[in-house]
Amino acid sequence: MNGAEALIKCLEMQDVEYIFGYSGGAAIPIFDAIITTKTKIKMILVRHEQGATHMADGYARVTGKPGVVLVTSGPGATNTITGLITAQMDSVPMIVICGQTISPMLGKDAFQEADVFGISLPVVKHSYLVKETEDIPRIIHESFHISNTGRPGPVLIDVPKDISSAEAEFDLSPELDLPGYSYPSYGDTEIIKEIAKALGKARKPLLLVGHGAVLSKADAVITKFAETLNCPVVTTVLGKGAFPETHDLSLGWLGMHGTAYANKAILECDLLFSIGSRWDDRIVGKLDEFCKDAVKIHVDIDPAEEGKMVVPDIFCCGDAKLVIDELTGYCKKLDIDDWVAKCMKFKKDFPLRAPVVEGKLTMQEILKELDRLTDSNVPVSTDVGQHQMFAAQFMKTRKGFDWMSSGGAGTMGYGFPAAIGAAFGRPNEPVIAVCGDGGFQMTMAEMATAAIHNLPVKCLVLNNSYLGMVRQWQELFFDNRLSGVDLEGNPDFVKFAECYEGAKGFRITKSSEVTKVLKEALAYNEGPCVIEAVVDKTDNVYPMIPSGAPYTKMLLEAPTEKLEKPTGST
Amino acid sequence: MTDKNHTISIFVVNKPGVLMRVAQVFSRRCYNIDSLVVSSGFDDRFARMTITAQGDAGNLDQIKKQLSKLVDVMHCIEHDDSNSIIKEMALIKVGFKLTQRAEILQIVEHFACKTVDMTNNSMVIQATGDSAKLDAMIELLRDYKIIELVRTGKVLMARGDSET
Repeated sequence: MNGAEALIKCLEMQDVEYIFGYSGGAAIPIFDAIITTKTKIKMILVRHEQGATHMADGYARVTGKPGVVLVTSGPGATNTITGLITAQMDSVPMIVICGQTISPMLGKDAFQEADVFGISLPVVKHSYLVKETEDIPRIIHESFHISNTGRPGPVLIDVPKDISSAEAEFDLSPELDLPGYSYPSYGDTEIIKEIAKALGKARKPLLLVGHGAVLSKADAVITKFAETLNCPVVTTVLGKGAFPETHDLSLGWLGMHGTAYANKAILECDLLFSIGSRWDDRIVGKLDEFCKDAVKIHVDIDPAEEGKMVVPDIFCCGDAKLVIDELTGYCKKLDIDDWVAKCMKFKKDFPLRAPVVEGKLTMQEILKELDRLTDSNVPVSTDVGQHQMFAAQFMKTRKGFDWMSSGGAGTMGYGFPAAIGAAFGRPNEPVIAVCGDGGFQMTMAEMATAAIHNLPVKCLVLNNSYLGMVRQWQELFFDNRLSGVDLEGNPDFVKFAECYEGAKGFRITKSSEVTKVLKEALAYNEGPCVIEAVVDKTDNVYPMIPSGAPYTKMLLEAPTEKLEKPTGST
Repeated sequence: MTDKNHTISIFVVNKPGVLMRVAQVFSRRCYNIDSLVVSSGFDDRFARMTITAQGDAGNLDQIKKQLSKLVDVMHCIEHDDSNSIIKEMALIKVGFKLTQRAEILQIVEHFACKTVDMTNNSMVIQATGDSAKLDAMIELLRDYKIIELVRTGKVLMARGDSET
C-alpha cells in the first residue's frame, strides 16, 4: 500500500462520503488511490478550488461532519485560502488535503510549489506538512479529531508527491499524538449555580444564542431551557436554528440588520446571557455602550473568547449543550411575565416589513413568500450582501444545521457552492441558495457540478444589478457617490442556467409572478435551477444600526437627514 | 501608556512550524517581540520558549489565551521577577587604547563578569545576570568603543514548586 492509498483508507475510517476536489500534478497519486483502493467515497470534481471549499463547508454545516477537500499544489492550494478563512471565522469543521511538490524540491521554487503550510497558517485551526509516509494515518485521524472537537475549524494537510507515492507498512489506527491539545466539555458546577442565581434575580433577562449552540447540537436543550425559564431568546445570524424562530419566545436575530424587536429588547434587558456567541462587532455596535447596565453572562467552549470583546460578569467555559442541560436543572420559571409581554409587544409594534409596491419587485416579498412555501423547513444558504440580510430576516429557521451563511468572513461567492455541498449532505431534500447577482457570478461555474449530479439546488438570484450593500453605504454615508458598484453587463441568468444540461432557469419580474414561479421552481427536483428575480435597484436594508453606533441609533427606515460616517469596522 | 514589558514562558511540542504559529499570534495583534529564546527541553519532544514583549496588558491577556489554544502549545505562563528567576547573557566586544584597558577590567570586575577574549586593542566581555545589570554595565562601557554587542534575550525559571 502506498501513502495515498493509506490516506484514502483512513478517510473511509472517518466515514467520509464525499471528497470535493480538483486534480493536478502533485495530487495525481491521491486521485489515483481513489480508484486503486476501490473506495466507496465519491469524488466530486468541482470547477474551481474555492467552490470545493465552500461545498465542503456547506456539507459540514448541514451534517455536522467535517467536509473534505482535495486539491493540488501551488495555485490549487492557494485557491482554498478563501474557503479556509470562511470556515475558520465561522468555526466549521473541514479537512483540506493538498498535493505538494516532492520533498527534495521543497523550497527550490519547483513548478507549482507554494508554501501552503506557511500561507495558510493564520486561517487554519491546525496544519500539517507530511514528512514521513508512515505518519499519514496518524495525521489524518488527528486532523479529524482536531477539526471537529472543541471549537471546530479547518485543518490543512500538505502531502508531498514522493510521500504519497511511497510504499510503506501502515498501522491504520495509530494512537493520536496530541499532548498539547485538549478541549472543554462540562462547565464548572459552581459557576453554573452562580448563573442560575443571577437568572433568578433578573427582571428582564434575554438569551443570546450563537453558532456555538448549533455546533454543540444544543437546540433541543436550549428550547427546553428557554421554556423552563419562560425567557425570550434572540440569536445571532449564525445562531439561526439553535432556537426555533417560529417559537413564541423567539425575537429573531439581533445586530446591525437584525429585527427591530430583538434590538429593542437588547436595549432594555437587565441580563444578557450569551450561549456560544462571540459578541461579534456586528452585534455589539458601540462596545462601551452595549448593554452597559445589564448583567452579562457568557458560555463558550473557547476559553480565549472570555473578555475578547465584552467583559462578562460570569464566564463559564464549556460545551453549550452540557452546560445548559446542567443549568436547566437549577432553574425554574421566572416571574417575568411583564417583560415577556413587553417583548411580544415589540414584535407586534415593530414587525419586519415586506412592502408590496406597485411596479416594484422587492427582495423582501420574494423571500417572505419563499419562506411560506417551504414552511421554514428547508436548508438555506446565502451569499453575502443585502440579500443575505433579507434572507436572514425573512427565511425563518426552525432547527440547527439548516442555515448556511458566511457570517464572520463575509465571503462573496459562498452561497451557491455551499448549497451544492449541502445537497450532497442531505440527499433527499431540496436546498435553497439565496444569492445576489454579484456573489453568484463569483462561483457560478459550479452550475456544472450541480447539473452533473442532478442536485435539486434552487438558486434564487436577487438581481438588482448592483453590489447593493456597498451602494447602500455610499448612498447613506458618502453622499451617494457610487463607486465600483454598478454591475452593468450582467448575463441573462435564465439562459445561463439553461445552457447546462438538466438545469432550468426561471424568472420573476413582477409581484404577481412571485408565488407561481417559486412554486414551479420548488416543484422542479430533477436538477439545479436558477430563479432570477429582477428586483428594485435602489432598495436598502432596514433596520440598520450604523457600524460602531449604539443601539439607540437604530434606523427603522431611510433616514431623513444626512448620517455621520460610521466609526465601526467596515 | 499602559504598555509594559511582559515575560512569557511557553512550553511547546518540538515540531517544525511551532515558532511561526506562536510569532503570528503576536504579530497579528501588532505586538512587537523584544526578545525570544527557543531551545529544546531535557525531553527533546518538547521545547521551551521565553518571549519578552511590550504592549497593553489587556491585549496580552488575549495573546496568552490564543497561545494556550494552539494545538502544539502545552502551556503558556506569564512570569515576573517576584515569582521567577530571569536572567540573560551578553557578549560585548570593546575596543580600547592600551591606557584604557585597566579601567575597563575594573568595570568587568565590578559587575562580576569576565573576559573571554583579549587582544592588544579589544576584548570580549561575557556578562550574565539581570537585564538591569547588563544595561547598567553597557551604559558604562559606552565611554569606550563598543564594537559589537550580542544579547541572548531573557531566559527564566519559576521559583520553588511553580511550573515554568
